[in-house]
Amino acid sequence: MFARVKHWGPGLLLLAPTIILVGVFVYWLIIENFRVSLTNQHTAKPSNDYVGFSNYSNLLADSNFQHSLLNLLILTVVFLAGTLIFGFLWAWLLDKPAKGEGIFRAVYLFPMSISFIASGVVWRWLLSSLQTDQPGGERTTGLNRLLDSVGLGFMQNDWWSNPTWGIAAIAVPAIWQLSGYVMALFLAGFRGIPEELREAARIDGCSEWKLYRHVIFPQLSPVMLSAVIIIGHMSLKLFDLIRAIVPDANTYDVQVPATMMWVKYIGSDYADAAAIGMILLVLVAIVVIPYLMYTSRAEKR
Amino acid sequence: MRRRLSLIAAAATLGLTLAGCGGAAETPSNTAAPASEATGKVGVFTWWADGSEKVGLDALVKVFNTDYPGLTFDNLAVAGGAGSQAKSVLAAQLKAGNPPDSFQAHAGAELQDYIDAEQLEDLTSFYTDNNLTDQFPKDLIDRLTVDGKIYSVPSNIHRSNVVWANVEVLKDAGLDPTKPAEDLDAWIADLEKIKASGKTPLAVAGSWTQVQLFENVLLSSLGVDGYNGLWDGATDWKGADVTKAIESYKKVLSYTNTDRDSLSDWAPATQLVQDGAAGYNLMGDWAEAKFAQDGDVAGTDYTYFPMPGTKGVFNFLADSFTLPVGAPNPAGAKAWLTTIGSAEGQAAFNKAKGSIPANTTAKTDDFSEYQKSAIKDFSQDKIVSSLAHGAAVPVAWLNDLSTAVSKFGGDNDVAALQESAATTAEKFAK
Repeated sequence: MFARVKHWGPGLLLLAPTIILVGVFVYWLIIENFRVSLTNQHTAKPSNDYVGFSNYSNLLADSNFQHSLLNLLILTVVFLAGTLIFGFLWAWLLDKPAKGEGIFRAVYLFPMSISFIASGVVWRWLLSSLQTDQPGGERTTGLNRLLDSVGLGFMQNDWWSNPTWGIAAIAVPAIWQLSGYVMALFLAGFRGIPEELREAARIDGCSEWKLYRHVIFPQLSPVMLSAVIIIGHMSLKLFDLIRAIVPDANTYDVQVPATMMWVKYIGSDYADAAAIGMILLVLVAIVVIPYLMYTSRAEKR
Repeated sequence: MRRRLSLIAAAATLGLTLAGCGGAAETPSNTAAPASEATGKVGVFTWWADGSEKVGLDALVKVFNTDYPGLTFDNLAVAGGAGSQAKSVLAAQLKAGNPPDSFQAHAGAELQDYIDAEQLEDLTSFYTDNNLTDQFPKDLIDRLTVDGKIYSVPSNIHRSNVVWANVEVLKDAGLDPTKPAEDLDAWIADLEKIKASGKTPLAVAGSWTQVQLFENVLLSSLGVDGYNGLWDGATDWKGADVTKAIESYKKVLSYTNTDRDSLSDWAPATQLVQDGAAGYNLMGDWAEAKFAQDGDVAGTDYTYFPMPGTKGVFNFLADSFTLPVGAPNPAGAKAWLTTIGSAEGQAAFNKAKGSIPANTTAKTDDFSEYQKSAIKDFSQDKIVSSLAHGAAVPVAWLNDLSTAVSKFGGDNDVAALQESAATTAEKFAK
């Protein structure tokens, strides 16, 4: 008996603080949050009457919440596509032996070191919706002014002040910030492919395109999957960037579940805020859990 | 820290001595025994962290330090978002049972949330002990009273239905700045003229300033009874007169700057009027402090008038201070509330902040021209509660309505706004 405790005792002792802290501050709080989401506490007045899942069904039937889910979908698709395209392109360019590779790598990676809040303040100004041909157009600033002064005035638009596509404009700074990170992932992937494989393919008479299509890309798919998971779950939880760019939290055009949760919480609608939190958790879990299962199975093999 | 405390104490003592030398030192006669014997720190929570609000708070603290040299004022102000950041911090503290000694809240429906949550102490006896009931206007006391009990002490009164105009822009458009439009339709005609002159007719900023514009268009179009009825159920949100009012709002909104959502807060919108880029800005009268600070002169640089169609109506909001349940230093908090309610405290605070004193006995001879006119209007106008500032409806109701108004800014769908406003009213009016 004692021998067995001696076997797993020290390990458990070492892990105990983590288990307790994570247990209280993550899992217990998730359970507590779930409990609140089942009550009817829609005002500051304390209330513990359970109403089952009616908060969830009301939310899912609410056109504002549906709009925020649609926004989230657009944001995630544009954000993912943008970072993957730019990240891959840059990694591909840097993979060729090029002069000043180190400098370019640093340049592309740097935006990631800035917090969303700080860059958001700058992007608020850059994404100002005023256009030069509108009344008061002489005050135009940011990208619209830039486009106008280089003769691309027709490309001016109202950026995030658009109820349908506005949220895609929020993806622009997010792409700018995280493409470098995806580039680093892909670059590591490229470097992980032994030179011998390329040489062997070339000797076999493989064209450059076919080399990428049949040799390089298949080996990059685990990297690609990691990038999709990391960017995807960041996009689902994106809050600070939107909050920094858009002055008023309660702005319909760019409402996503995370910002809507905040608005509900400020308005003392704790039950709805908790329900939105649970929906977000489930959405993120759908993305992350299959990935965790996949990697743990891969490790076992 | 110790050194800072002793410095503050020294400054407070000095202030007291100086006041004594002037021979004007009035010991606060209306101080209840526990408040005058209070010692230690008084933590006061506000969102007055900068601008004219900070100046006002500093003036108030100066009076407080003179009244109660034994107490130290602990400034717990949280900046940002017209109080929305502060309210979330406060909500968390109250929920955790860790309240400040006193916190700022808008008088009216917003206070209701805290009362329902049983987070506020009843201050009725405080009012009688200090004879405050007679010193505040009855209209205001009525709005602070819930089930016969009063829960907060108002510090200042603001008016939300004021239009600020650039004299130069109006003249260029062929309008007479001294003769504002009488009603909504006449105003829309004026907006059209400014548009023709090439300027932005009406400046507005993000979501809450649009709600403020919306409420005043409703008030102008529906009249006092119709507007009040929206909040107590007497007016049908689905009625044809509300449709007409929302149509007017759509018309008015079409004359505003297109980058309204990008403006960081109300001040940049008011700045457009100051810069001569826009003709009008509808804004609460805290804008007066901004005009004054920037050295603009009323009459020559800018002019102001009640929202067309709301002459004789005072769309009101007020800040007030509370005594939360479980405050660490209740005696100190009562001392703070005494200073807030006092004529001297109100005069010092409101002169700096640009608002008008809630206490009618405060001396206002040296107040600005605008403030004097607002004091006069408040004493004789019909008073209604502002929607955008939490006086008319609880925060959750206001939130839902704000989302609908923000959505309307994008799609201009009159039927959708009316429908969701009606649904929201049904949800909360119960």
